[in-house]
Amino acid sequence: MEKTKDNRAWFLVIPVFVIVAFSAIIPLMTVVNYSVQDIFGPNERFFVGVEWFKEILHDERLHEALLRQFLFSGLVLLIEIPLGVAIALAMPKKGWAASLSLVLLALPLLIPWNVIGTIWIIFTRPDIGLLGATINGLGIDFDHTAAPLDAWITVMLMEVWHWTPLVVLLAYAGLQAIPDAFYQAASIDGASRWAVFRYIQLPKMRGVLTIAILLRFMDSFLIYAEPFVLTGGGPGNATTFLSIHLVKIAVGQFDLGPAAAFSIIYFLIVLLFSWLFYQALQNVGKGE
Amino acid sequence: MARIHLKDVAHSYKLRPKSLADFALRPMDHLWEDGGAYALLGPSGCGKTTLLNIISGLLHPSQGQVLFDDDDVTYRPTKDRNIAQVFQFPVIYDTMTVFDNLAFPLRNRGFGGAEVSGRVAEVAEMLELTEDLGKRARGLTADAKQRISLGRGLVRNDVAAILFDEPLTVIDPHLKWMLRRKLKQIHERFKLTLVYVTHDQNEALTFADKVAVMSEGQVLQLGTPQELFERPEHTFIGHFIGSPGMNFLPCLIDERAVLVQGARIPLEPGVAARALGMSGAMEIGVRPEFLKLSNEPLDGAVAVVPGAVEDLGNFKIVTVRLVDVAIKVKVPEHQDVPTGIAYLQFSADTTRLYVNGHLVG
Repeated sequence: MEKTKDNRAWFLVIPVFVIVAFSAIIPLMTVVNYSVQDIFGPNERFFVGVEWFKEILHDERLHEALLRQFLFSGLVLLIEIPLGVAIALAMPKKGWAASLSLVLLALPLLIPWNVIGTIWIIFTRPDIGLLGATINGLGIDFDHTAAPLDAWITVMLMEVWHWTPLVVLLAYAGLQAIPDAFYQAASIDGASRWAVFRYIQLPKMRGVLTIAILLRFMDSFLIYAEPFVLTGGGPGNATTFLSIHLVKIAVGQFDLGPAAAFSIIYFLIVLLFSWLFYQALQNVGKGE
Repeated sequence: MARIHLKDVAHSYKLRPKSLADFALRPMDHLWEDGGAYALLGPSGCGKTTLLNIISGLLHPSQGQVLFDDDDVTYRPTKDRNIAQVFQFPVIYDTMTVFDNLAFPLRNRGFGGAEVSGRVAEVAEMLELTEDLGKRARGLTADAKQRISLGRGLVRNDVAAILFDEPLTVIDPHLKWMLRRKLKQIHERFKLTLVYVTHDQNEALTFADKVAVMSEGQVLQLGTPQELFERPEHTFIGHFIGSPGMNFLPCLIDERAVLVQGARIPLEPGVAARALGMSGAMEIGVRPEFLKLSNEPLDGAVAVVPGAVEDLGNFKIVTVRLVDVAIKVKVPEHQDVPTGIAYLQFSADTTRLYVNGHLVG
């Protein structure tokens, strides 16, 4: 085929360049800018090279927050993915019951994130909260503002309540897409319930579960609003996750240089792990 | 192996069917002999898949019994029925190798070790899958996947019947022919009862010893391909089988003769007399293959006006007009089509009479 060359075609691409520049590249470059300079005022700035990166990488509190973050995201994936799949398997396949359970499941997803934090503050208060008061009424001391473990349990509960429905919806969609013939063939082949799950349902859900794992990893790794409202990162630093720590540096202490360096590292970590998960899940599919 | 008897079986997807039209499968009594190759032929939505699912137990009929030999299996679950089924789209277990796919039904039934590998090797050999045994099933072509589906049925030596639900739909035309021949071989070797659902008449007529033609939830005729062609019991079958289908010409009948547009049509002796007492729409049915077109006034021929000619390479289809009715005639390729006026000869032994769509003789 003969190619025609017409430079006016570039004009058609310009709007995309402009939008991407303003939405992604310019803000990101600003962060890069801050991360390599020490800024005192509008006209007082010094180039410091990788100084901030070095400082950040040796920050003890950041190491702790990073560990906490990995523990949190790991727990989120370990709980939400199996639970979501289990609920999806147990859900009605059709009729009004299916619609009803879908609507009920989707409710937590429709609530603004900071409202979720507030709901759980009240829900778990030892004096008036339905959950908090009940547990304390049973004779178990439970106060997420005082005990680190209680704070973790509360944050995990909130997270699982909030986001498992997303996994359920994705898994449910994956299950609905399996043609009946597969189940019929399995029943002719005498497959057990477990074999149907292992050899039909799980492989057919691989695509949607990849998306669910990536979304849940990224979202939980970047979590901010709900724990910030619920615990403010406390008690002590018990629930100070990466983004809460970052905001403390950037807004609390106004250390923009280290905060910018931190942001870039943060971004790269998320990118790296998302890529690793994606590769791993793709290879599971090829199955060698 | 088993004889399959559908005793007064009917099925409706509605909870309380009010009229016959609510039945996906109208009440029927049907017997499939052990070791026969049967085809269920009919247009989409005629109830063939419903019938198949009742046999395999994926569906329980609203009424009636399903008997394998003399064993009532109506409410027995699919896995205990000794039935194998091949579906329209290949069903394979993606993550397993071809070997594991074929071994799956055996392993689920508690077989192991040498017995499984022996059976699998035998079936793979027969279906030409030996080289692919170690491969992942998902990477194979559609026809190989369909052979795996079939193989999962064949590895079990307790299988009484294999059901096919339009199994060649997604197969390339040149492989269809090969796969169909493979089915024939397997049938001859194992003498299994095969039931083959299709809407393609060529598939049905070449595959089966006996074809059941279905329409609107009923089996209109169960017969050999030859019977369906020469003596269709219903006008629907005449239309549906053959390309082009049978000609149906409205006719009148009196004591002496059968008349189409005033022209006298010969019938086998006694047929007209039987129809005399009946009331309803009377039609003459005759296949384009059994008509003779000539420019000479043959014995007993009627005068017609030739119209459109379709040349199909090895023969021609000529549409002629007998006053107001159009009749299709199959003419040999080398014969010239008369112009102006021609003569059409009916032969009594291949011309049928229908009343209200049903064959009189």
